[in-house]
Amino acid sequence: MRLTRIAAFAAALGYAGTASAQTEIQWWHAMTGGNNEVVVKLAQEFNASQTDYKVVPSYKGSYPDAMNAGIAAFRAGNAPHILQVFEVGTATMMSARGAVKPVYQLMAEAGEAFDPKAYLPAITGYYSTAKGEMLSFPFNSSSMVMWINKDALKKAGLNADQPPKTWPEVFEAAKKLKAAGHATCGFSNAWATWAHIEQFSAWHNLPLSTKANGLDGFDTVLQFNGPTQVKHLENLVELQKQKVYDYSGRTNSGEGRFTSGECPIFLTSSGFYGNVKGNAKFDWAAVPMPYYPEVQGAPQNSIIGGASLWVMGGKSAAEYKGIAKFFAFLSNTDRQAKLHQESGYLPITRAAYEKVKASGFYEKNPSFQTALIELTGKEPTENSRGLRLGNMVQLRDMWSEELEAALAGQKTPKAALDAAVTRGNALLRQFERTAGR
Amino acid sequence: MEKRATFSNRYLPYALLAPQILVTLIFFYWPAAQAIRQSFMLEDAFGLSSDFVWFENYVALFKDPSYYQTLWTTFVFSGSVAFLSLSVALLLAVMADAEIRGATAYRTFLIWPYAVAPAVAGVLWIFMLDPSLGMVARGLKSLGLDWNPRLNGTHALTQVVLASAWKQISYNFLFFLAGLQAIPRSVIEAAAIDGARAWRRFWTITLPLLSPTTFFLLVVNIVYAFFDTFGTIDTMTQGGPAKATETLVYKVYSDGRLGGDLGGSAAQSVILMIIVIGLTAVQFRFVERRVTY
Repeated sequence: MRLTRIAAFAAALGYAGTASAQTEIQWWHAMTGGNNEVVVKLAQEFNASQTDYKVVPSYKGSYPDAMNAGIAAFRAGNAPHILQVFEVGTATMMSARGAVKPVYQLMAEAGEAFDPKAYLPAITGYYSTAKGEMLSFPFNSSSMVMWINKDALKKAGLNADQPPKTWPEVFEAAKKLKAAGHATCGFSNAWATWAHIEQFSAWHNLPLSTKANGLDGFDTVLQFNGPTQVKHLENLVELQKQKVYDYSGRTNSGEGRFTSGECPIFLTSSGFYGNVKGNAKFDWAAVPMPYYPEVQGAPQNSIIGGASLWVMGGKSAAEYKGIAKFFAFLSNTDRQAKLHQESGYLPITRAAYEKVKASGFYEKNPSFQTALIELTGKEPTENSRGLRLGNMVQLRDMWSEELEAALAGQKTPKAALDAAVTRGNALLRQFERTAGR
Repeated sequence: MEKRATFSNRYLPYALLAPQILVTLIFFYWPAAQAIRQSFMLEDAFGLSSDFVWFENYVALFKDPSYYQTLWTTFVFSGSVAFLSLSVALLLAVMADAEIRGATAYRTFLIWPYAVAPAVAGVLWIFMLDPSLGMVARGLKSLGLDWNPRLNGTHALTQVVLASAWKQISYNFLFFLAGLQAIPRSVIEAAAIDGARAWRRFWTITLPLLSPTTFFLLVVNIVYAFFDTFGTIDTMTQGGPAKATETLVYKVYSDGRLGGDLGGSAAQSVILMIIVIGLTAVQFRFVERRVTY
């Protein structure tokens, strides 16, 4: 009894000591290493910039861990204010009406200046409704690019300044690289389904699924088993046999094969930048993803990956006001420009992008702009605005399984993609039942 | 004659039992009941809407051919882990039971791996078996074997079996050693005098006398392979490639936690619960019958 009284007294003292009635804003995230420092620094800068609110970031594990922690906390009635959710969790979050507060509503209610047009549509489109209302606030965005080991290309007698642009050129280059000593891997990729199904479809302006890849409704039906995707998988299967292509797993755990020099051509996220810069002991560059020249309109534009910040429901007006202020703080042009150049995340506002462009930064660091060029090169179509599929984590696992079955020679590419579509559709129908209401 | 404790107060025994019963109810029966309830529901991740759907989750499960594949994988995996860890442990125990200098030190070293967490065991083995980084993988490749657990299901399964079995060897070793030391020397010496050679003595005397231990360990190992290898699988293969290393427990995790399909995942847990009840029942009946030989 006495102990608790002392504790209460100490706590009261502690509160009195910090500041008068500061509103705390809990921010749960999944950033590690250098990215974690960015999060902490942003919170510190925001807290130092004003006295009414205090943003408290907490690391909650990997992306799925953080999302599950947020969901579990919501079910227990004690959700954080801001939850960082990876892009594949978008459909789950937006279907949770009442559990989340859409950003456009938040900004309107808090009376914060907010112009949706100020943001890059290629990025915010992914997190907006069909009407363009922003649901979650993009935080760390990236896209898929092709990383090349220029030294290895030169050694194999290829022109490293004219890296392969199309898939047939990549295949040819990889064959030469294999002959020149990269016996186990001519080219490879991380995030198997993101590379060969999701980005591949958008980049070739092919539908991943109906209803604008699910952006226009949960009654979307998968259709990525078309002839172009099948042909591409057939090529990969053929090259896998000779190890010109070598599969590197579902996630980014195989990325070390690029930095170690094993795989000289490697498709993965533009967010790989820091890692390459720190670890690669050779001359490298990030270039746009390859495409099939015979496909009409290719290359279209790529889609983003990464994560966004969701505002959870059921909080007080004062807390929402603070969150809105924090988002306005994050959108600041100078801050966005700086964040982009330091962390490698894509800038989310047009003004920030223009500012960095004008500064001449990209001339010195062309690899930084690759993802932005891919994203903004063309006006997005129904097939390339983004994707919003329920149960996306499971869908990706299913698709990976089918890709693996095809690459291991257990199934024909056509049968594998057909199965990926059929199995995926069953999962989408299940999601529609729980989320439709 | 049965022993009977007597209490002067009728309620005292209940009061003494209450804490344990309470713990069991709160931490075991309550979650189990929740799982059973959840397995009849279709619910979104946030719990905003839920429907009572009777046996739909179970029907979906049994209609799904990949569930049977996972079931089969689990049996192959558990059988291999149990066989490998038991046979290696027995071999080591027989060796360590011999009169050698520094036997205690050997024994202690052999017990150490048991303290390694499954996830760490997985990472340790990745360092040896990863096709790009691993030393063992390099050795295999130089022997002409195209070692590729990223795509080859058999290689991936071998990898998780090795890591899981390795971790369990120490535990089995400990029990086997104790079992061996409990075998009366006189029996073995008598057989030796009758002219039985070491190999024969092992098969006809040691092994039969060890059978209660072996059986107990078999059940423990199968339960271990079923339920405690999650960390190893998660760090090494995440159930892939193409479901080749997905066991029942891993599927519960990936569907429920990663996929947010709580109903389907709960239905799987209930089935697992039934399997464990079955295994335990078998163990008790069998061990109780065989314990006096």
